[in-house]
Amino acid sequence: MRRATLPSVQPAAPPLDVDRLRRDFPILSSRAAGKPLVYLDSAASTQKPAPVIEAMNAFYREGYSNIHRGLYALSLEATEAYEEVRGKVQRFINARESREVVFVRGTTEAINLVAGTLARQRLESGDEILVSTLEHHSNIVPWQRICEEKGGVLRVAPIDDKGEVRLEAFEQALGPRTRLVAIAHVSNALGTVNPVAEMVRMAHRRGIPVLVDGAQAAPHLQLDVQALDCDFYAFSGHKVYGPTGVGVLYGKASLLEAMPPYQSGGEMIRSVSFERTSYKEIPYRFEAGTPDIVGVIGLGAALDYLGTIGLECIAAHESELLSHAAEALASVPGVRVVGQAGRKAGVLSFVVEGAHPHDVGTILDREGIAIRGGHHCAQPLMERLGLPATARASFGLYNSHAEVDRLVDGVRKVREIFGSCPS
Amino acid sequence: MSELMDLYQEVILDHTRRPRNFGSLDSATHRAEGDNPLCGDKVSVALELDGDVVRDIRFQGKGCAISTASASMMTELLKGQKAALLATAFRQFQDLVTGQAIEPPDDLGKLVAFAGVAAFPVRVKCATLAWHTAKAALENSQQPITTE
Ligand SMILES: Cc1ncc(COP(=O)(O)O)c(C=O)c1O
Repeated sequence: MRRATLPSVQPAAPPLDVDRLRRDFPILSSRAAGKPLVYLDSAASTQKPAPVIEAMNAFYREGYSNIHRGLYALSLEATEAYEEVRGKVQRFINARESREVVFVRGTTEAINLVAGTLARQRLESGDEILVSTLEHHSNIVPWQRICEEKGGVLRVAPIDDKGEVRLEAFEQALGPRTRLVAIAHVSNALGTVNPVAEMVRMAHRRGIPVLVDGAQAAPHLQLDVQALDCDFYAFSGHKVYGPTGVGVLYGKASLLEAMPPYQSGGEMIRSVSFERTSYKEIPYRFEAGTPDIVGVIGLGAALDYLGTIGLECIAAHESELLSHAAEALASVPGVRVVGQAGRKAGVLSFVVEGAHPHDVGTILDREGIAIRGGHHCAQPLMERLGLPATARASFGLYNSHAEVDRLVDGVRKVREIFGSCPS
Repeated sequence: MSELMDLYQEVILDHTRRPRNFGSLDSATHRAEGDNPLCGDKVSVALELDGDVVRDIRFQGKGCAISTASASMMTELLKGQKAALLATAFRQFQDLVTGQAIEPPDDLGKLVAFAGVAAFPVRVKCATLAWHTAKAALENSQQPITTE
């Protein structure tokens, strides 16, 4: 709905009033190591704006009950509030129908759901599932396990030295036995934005369904699952300024309808007898048990919040911040930015000569700067890059130029302490 | 800054840049591997015992400044000494880096430089990784050692 009406050349997004937005995030006024906190770990999890915190608080105080079962007004209202968020998610990702939105615990569960249903149903001995080198462990291990169970083969589309999955190599990796493609929209370790729409087209030409791991894309890019034409799209609430414990699996209705249940129990059944149980229609078939009701309410508030700002504006701000940071960091002697993809979002990985990312993290921590140092749950990618780990700064809508400058000063301090490496 | 200076003392940085006893040891009688899954640090320790004396000891691996320097200085401490020194020195070292020294660190020598780790609880695992691994090697543990 949103995307379809936009012209292909989008007007320049108005700049964000970051100072004002920062005041929406209570934690950002706190201090770390005696200095104002510089939070540069949004790829791990974003901080929460007051409207999200307050919506959850208010719901507990005024609107809470279990859903889908009460005969009383409070339960009906809670059910309505919960289902309203399904509609908000539908609009957020531009899904055709709200029943294509399944609430899960997060990206990890969304992927496990598809692995445990569609993949388990379709995979036969010798069949293949295709991922890429830059996947997060949660988009590797569930497929690996189902391959082990079914005698399938996990294939890997390679990346080049810039950290991009080349379309030609990707297409070559699609074979007659490929039954599913699972690919990240945005890499959590390098920030690479994959050409997912083209990948989906290539896979669909061979009749292969595609799951997109959107954990790192949802906070940064305007999403449109219909334009991407992907079959599944997974993301986590806690990375889009919402609470932990809730996430989304989008699936095309025709595929969801053909899939067996995932977990089983209450809420997902139509009728139960000891001889036979029949299951509810989608999406409820995949939502067994009492869900994270208040988490869903919080997610709705987060999407409303993002809606008032606009993903285009957020994307423009973050992309500008990212290029500024990349340029400024690369100007520090001995610092190398890891991942030179043509299109990146939200994430800047780097290494400092002579200093392990862990030490970089400790020194920056003492400057009040929160970054991540490690393998970022992407060990095969680190192996391919020949690095044990990287330092990673990742950005959210609330990060400012001044914070990037403090990061750069902090990295200079790392160089001061570690000096230049004699070897 | 001063806590950082205490952590990254010159002797520690020196061992990070030029680790001693680094490499493989073909004559090893005991060896073990360890890793810290949190940060991907990996270390392997190999010892050659002659009776109860550590005739040679080497380590290999990739890690942060703290884990590399700790491994390097530990090998210097143990080389040529009775193997039993590992247990007493490890106990003292653990107390030192967790800031709860009960015994005086009499057996640690230069390793007292690691006292600064106590101000950085998340780095204790880095500092002790090689020690856990050496201990496992002496105990002939077949299981890879992990700090988790
Ligand atoms: C690309 C990617 N996929 C999957 C995940 C897993 O998300 P969650 O832990 O919220 O299930 C993450 C989170 O770090 C991620 O960055």
